[in-house]
Amino acid sequence: MSGPPARYEPVIGLEIHVQLRTRTKMFCGCEVTFGEPPNTRTCPVCLGLPGALPVANERAVHYGVMIGVALGCEIAQRSLFHRKNYFYPDNPKGYQISQYDIPLCRGGRLGDVRIHRVHLEEDAAKLTHEGHSGRIHGAERTWVDFNRCGTPLVEIVTEPDIHSPEQARDWLSLLRTTLRVLGVSDVDMSQGSLRCDANVSVRRAGTSELGTKTELKNMNSFAFLERGVRAEIARQIGLLQSGRGVVQETLHYDPRADRLTPLRSKEEAHDYRYFPEPDLVPLVVSPEMLAAARRDLPELPADRAQRFERELGLPADRARELAFRTELGDYYESALAADGDADPVALANWIPALVERIGSDVDPAATKVTPAALATLASMVSAREVSRDAAREVLTRLVEEGGDPRAIVEREGLGAIAGEEDGLAEVIERALAADPAAAEQVRAGNMKAIGPLVGFVMRETKGRAEGGEVTRLIRQRLGLA
Amino acid sequence: MSELISLTAAEAAAAVRAGELDARELFEAYRARAAAENLNAFTWVAAEAPEADGAADTPLGGVPLAVKDLFCTEGVPSQSGSRILEGYRPPYTATVVERLLGAGARLLGKTNQDEFAMGSSNENSAFGPVHNPWDRARVPGGSSGGSAAAVSAGLSPWAIGTDTGGSIRQPAALCGVVGLKPTYGACSRYGMIAFASSLDQAGPLTRTVTDAALLLSHMVGRDARDATSVAFPGQIELPRAEDLKGVRLGVPEELVGEAGGVEPGVRRRFEETLTLAERLGATVEPCRLPHAPHALAAYYLIAPAEASANLARFDGVRYGLRVNGDADLVAMYERTRAAGFGAEVKRRIMLGTYALSSGYYDAYYGTAQKVRTKIAEDFRAAFARFDLIATPTSPWVAFELGAKTTDPLAMYLNDFCTVPMSLAGIPALSLPCGLSEGLPVGFQLAGPAFSENRLLAVGHALEQAIGFDSGAARR
Repeated sequence: MSGPPARYEPVIGLEIHVQLRTRTKMFCGCEVTFGEPPNTRTCPVCLGLPGALPVANERAVHYGVMIGVALGCEIAQRSLFHRKNYFYPDNPKGYQISQYDIPLCRGGRLGDVRIHRVHLEEDAAKLTHEGHSGRIHGAERTWVDFNRCGTPLVEIVTEPDIHSPEQARDWLSLLRTTLRVLGVSDVDMSQGSLRCDANVSVRRAGTSELGTKTELKNMNSFAFLERGVRAEIARQIGLLQSGRGVVQETLHYDPRADRLTPLRSKEEAHDYRYFPEPDLVPLVVSPEMLAAARRDLPELPADRAQRFERELGLPADRARELAFRTELGDYYESALAADGDADPVALANWIPALVERIGSDVDPAATKVTPAALATLASMVSAREVSRDAAREVLTRLVEEGGDPRAIVEREGLGAIAGEEDGLAEVIERALAADPAAAEQVRAGNMKAIGPLVGFVMRETKGRAEGGEVTRLIRQRLGLA
Repeated sequence: MSELISLTAAEAAAAVRAGELDARELFEAYRARAAAENLNAFTWVAAEAPEADGAADTPLGGVPLAVKDLFCTEGVPSQSGSRILEGYRPPYTATVVERLLGAGARLLGKTNQDEFAMGSSNENSAFGPVHNPWDRARVPGGSSGGSAAAVSAGLSPWAIGTDTGGSIRQPAALCGVVGLKPTYGACSRYGMIAFASSLDQAGPLTRTVTDAALLLSHMVGRDARDATSVAFPGQIELPRAEDLKGVRLGVPEELVGEAGGVEPGVRRRFEETLTLAERLGATVEPCRLPHAPHALAAYYLIAPAEASANLARFDGVRYGLRVNGDADLVAMYERTRAAGFGAEVKRRIMLGTYALSSGYYDAYYGTAQKVRTKIAEDFRAAFARFDLIATPTSPWVAFELGAKTTDPLAMYLNDFCTVPMSLAGIPALSLPCGLSEGLPVGFQLAGPAFSENRLLAVGHALEQAIGFDSGAARR
């Protein structure tokens, strides 16, 4: 672990922007799209033409309320849109319509992190800078694509409850799964439908006062978030240790150099002059809208993990592992349903083995291994019809070619052997004869010496025997049981 | 031809509908006058009469309509009186204009105005001042000065304008025509180039109260594209009232007393009109609007604050004027806006920006909003005892061009009697009630939200009794 020295504690809060997967934009009827030719999804409203007026998208409000309910927030019956004023070519009206002192949602919690607020706003246009600077300053030309302009956004702000880069990454992953389950966003960091900024400070361990924070931007993957935050913690501790202070500023993370550079402050230092948006009426969430949001709420990952623990008896870690990746949880539940007699705990233990073989970014439902096949395999192991080692071999075959595990066991002769009728006793006799010294040591009470004997049997049976059973039989044979 | 021009818009529409008048002939008569005018009332005039298009079957009978420059009209210059939008032709049409054209009105031209509707004299137009038809040396009022002058001079049978703090009522008063500012939300603002969003309202400027009612009846209504618009309860009816039996008029001391600085001649006409109202059966009593004297101060914080944001979109990036910034973005913004906006617009952008600044918001914008609430409460209390409130529309008759251009505060006092109603969002009507020094005087009536029918009925009865002769300006 390359964690910070114990006498400093990082304090991290996240600000997440989520593009909502509505059919139309936040304040006009233009289609929300990705990858269309530039400036083909625009109208007077999202171009900020003179005289155009915004009208709030009902669906976006519904999604906002769903997110608030899912995060356990208090939903404001009446919230306000504000104008956030600043000049920039990505901002055609000269202000962004956002929410300010009365947001849609306040409070709440997801996992071990408290939510500060959730509010609705609109996305800016996409700028492409031509030239080596990569920014508008020094660019030879800057192109503006208004297709993205006005896309509904939800901003989620956490309390500073995160204390390590790993926790930041894991929590963001839980948030992404939660939003995906809600069906409100594509939550794809590489396409920008999920964007994360981090507020980072460090303080002496054991103190409660917050240190000076910096804001990190441009961490457009989970790995970059973790690395960016780690780099910033190290930078701040370095500053403090050398007696210099941390300066409050906004930093841009460059993943290639693994470096943080301050954003030019001239274009960023703003008095946004927020004031209530006079073109919109207050956003009222009626009891019916709240009920509709609750009705549309699916089971959330955190609740699913609890159910796996409580009803199926999974250990907490395993329950979260399956529930926090929707596709794993879904696959697991399909497998359970396919075999009514399956032991839920034993079956759950086979999911990581499957993931290890297919890769952690692959949906198991898209592989050749059907949920029923995995359930059958798990049951065969539980019933000692096949040894654990042999079953792993069967799983590898299933991943490669699919099919029925029973047929594979049959064809490959991988069925378990246990006891006299399978000739196991005879193999054990050979093992003892082959290494009498080890046998003697075991008889004398040195249980470490049993390893080579068990290994011999496993080799001879090509893994079809169960290791634990073999150990038991050897001990019995040597009069120790 | 002069016979055509002497018809009111309602009469002309009826004649077209009855087959007694050809809509194209009517249009051409006005088009010729508008094209030849020397008041600078128009910034654009239609090149030709529309094709024969079944106008006789429409409610408004193809009667030509003058439209204030700031209403977006597809393919037609819509510049809001500003250099920064010079030559701008929008790709869409404002809802109110669309509705009126749909009801059979025909677009005659776009009328001159104060830049972005900021002004009370029309001297702030980038396209030059408008002259008052009653005296070319005087202003027509503003900001809808072009619309008021065009109707007054018979260059158009009727017109639409917008009113933020008096911009329909005050020029109507100074030009001797009828002007109505509807209840906030009654008419869609979609397609109106915004000045102050929480105050802007479209309304008619006409020769008669009946014309105002007819035009307004095709303007009101909820628009899905304007979140602040509402469905008008009931419909706008053509007024028929001849008397004022049972009507209770309140006269607010705070607006008509010393503080308002009402000219003696204007006061005389106002008081005569009140006497006339009593003769028609109304009761007239003093009433109180304790916070109304603070309305101007609150207005000159709220309106500029909203304007400072509304005008931020004029940045040279997408449309309108752009002045090269020599590869520097901020320089492009600064040069474009420095060259594109006039002095009054810049003054208000700065006022508004300041009022919203961090550390000043509560003291300025926040306080102004509280005053606004108090003013609305004052009106509610007054309307518990009175049906309508009466004041002079403007403290003065039309003043000479240049008389107040060097003193913005004196200019702002034009709106002393009109701004309180704007802040309260309530409807108000101005109708000519006589002359002072040979110039028209306006009489203002204000009522509770959605009392337009009442205002029009009372206005109609008074109009009949006053018998104001507007013909002098229509030569």
